[in-house]
Amino acid sequence: MSEEEKPGGTLPEEEETMQPSPQQADLDEAVSLLCSRVHDEAVAEAYLNEMNGGMPVLIIRSEHWLEAARMFRSEPALGCDYLRNLSGVDYETYMETVYHLLSMSTGKQYAVKVRTDRDNPSIPSVTAVWPAANWNEREVYDLLGIDFPGHPDLRRIMMPDDWAGHPLRKDYEPLDPEV
Amino acid sequence: MIRTEELLLNVGPQHPSTHGVFRIIVKLDGEVITDATPVMGYLHRGTEKLAENLNYTQIIPYTDRMDYVSAMTNNYVLCHAVETMMGLQIPERAEFLRLIVMELQRVASHLVWWGTYLLDIGAMSPFLYAFRDREIIINLFNELCGARLTYNYMRVGGVKWDAPDGWIDKVSEFIPYMESKLEEYDRLVSGNEIFLARIKGIGVYDAETAVSYGLSGANLRCTGLNWDLRKTEPYSLYDRFAFDVPVGRTGDCYDRYRIRLEEIRQSLRILRQAVEQFPEGGETMGKVPRVIRPPEGEVYVRIESPRGEIGCHIVSKGKAEPYRLKFRRPSFVNLQILPKLLIGETMTNLITILGGIDIVVGEVDC
Repeated sequence: MSEEEKPGGTLPEEEETMQPSPQQADLDEAVSLLCSRVHDEAVAEAYLNEMNGGMPVLIIRSEHWLEAARMFRSEPALGCDYLRNLSGVDYETYMETVYHLLSMSTGKQYAVKVRTDRDNPSIPSVTAVWPAANWNEREVYDLLGIDFPGHPDLRRIMMPDDWAGHPLRKDYEPLDPEV
Repeated sequence: MIRTEELLLNVGPQHPSTHGVFRIIVKLDGEVITDATPVMGYLHRGTEKLAENLNYTQIIPYTDRMDYVSAMTNNYVLCHAVETMMGLQIPERAEFLRLIVMELQRVASHLVWWGTYLLDIGAMSPFLYAFRDREIIINLFNELCGARLTYNYMRVGGVKWDAPDGWIDKVSEFIPYMESKLEEYDRLVSGNEIFLARIKGIGVYDAETAVSYGLSGANLRCTGLNWDLRKTEPYSLYDRFAFDVPVGRTGDCYDRYRIRLEEIRQSLRILRQAVEQFPEGGETMGKVPRVIRPPEGEVYVRIESPRGEIGCHIVSKGKAEPYRLKFRRPSFVNLQILPKLLIGETMTNLITILGGIDIVVGEVDC
């Protein structure tokens, strides 16, 4: 929210006084809730993304993700009822999915990342938690080849059913280079 | 004994009411739909993959081709994401021009929706009215950037072209014209009993369902949720203008219809204020490095497109090309609720409900 260009020239001042505090509290709250309710090692890393207006980012271990997702949704202090975006990223040494969560009632936002092995990528499906994840997970599966165990209908969604490979992978090579 | 049999019916991939190459397989028990499976991907061009080998300026024309009914908002979301990463300041004149074209685009997009939706339902003439009025906006855009649909107008840091002489006056002439036409639309269609019988109480869902399915735009607001990113998470200059966010009550196709028509009115209201406050002179491009290289990091930005929340997630490794570019396309996410809405409905309502969601298949498939 605060990354907007506000003409008037008060931006640097605001950055100093306002930016760190409110979102740091959101981040700390989420981390402590996850550690106490889900698992004390559920959060691998937590930081504020200053580039994105101080968005709280949490990297959650894949084995605890489903439980953490349920808590993000149902715990009133977090209340992330809206999954606004789901992206998959291939970092060449590992794969990652990013969930941009939002609480409609409080306006709190989180970017949650879950990392997985590149050779056999698998991240628990959260379609049961946010139905919005359904097609998004299918898209990530289709284009990046990440498996989502627990997904009700994990099929290709963009590419043809008989397509070989996952095009958004960094090492993807088309079978027919002319195409 | 009457023998009944389940019927598997294929609709599309080319069908006049699917607004692009979209296919849906429905299972029918008599007239009633028991199951529906949408099939997408016929318009998948791999924009996100292509973008990984293009610099940011080169990606802008690709965004035109996602939601080709609302290319200006797509231009904006990409530029806005890169500007956020680089912390760029946009000159006021450029930001005003962007806001004016985005609101004109919203009007144009809703006009396309209004015309084609009624065409789907079986009313031929409203389409001609809507396209007559949309043509004025298209001509305005043509004058501004030389294109009617795929504008490639915005740049990281500003806009490509300044408004030609007299352009702003033409926009201000359009506002009262369009307002009078909206009244005509209402007289022509909105009270028509046959039309109301077709859309009232059809495709109903509640706010909780809408939120859990990640719906946005009119599809979300029809349930009574007051959620418009121009108000809730203001970007551009929207916090300077007075406008209302129309919301519905029942969450049916009729509410979505009313909201979109009212949004045209509100956009005209924003346009009137923007035209009045439009700065005399000034730059249309901010200070931008010759090669646009956002620093290493990632952002997710979102704006309110005519169809809902369009988002852009960029992962940068400090190069001139994005490492990963992902678009959160409202049409794709909104369409997910379709199978759920269709179960128990009749075939005629399939068209009503699909049209009411307002998808653009270029954006669904990306």
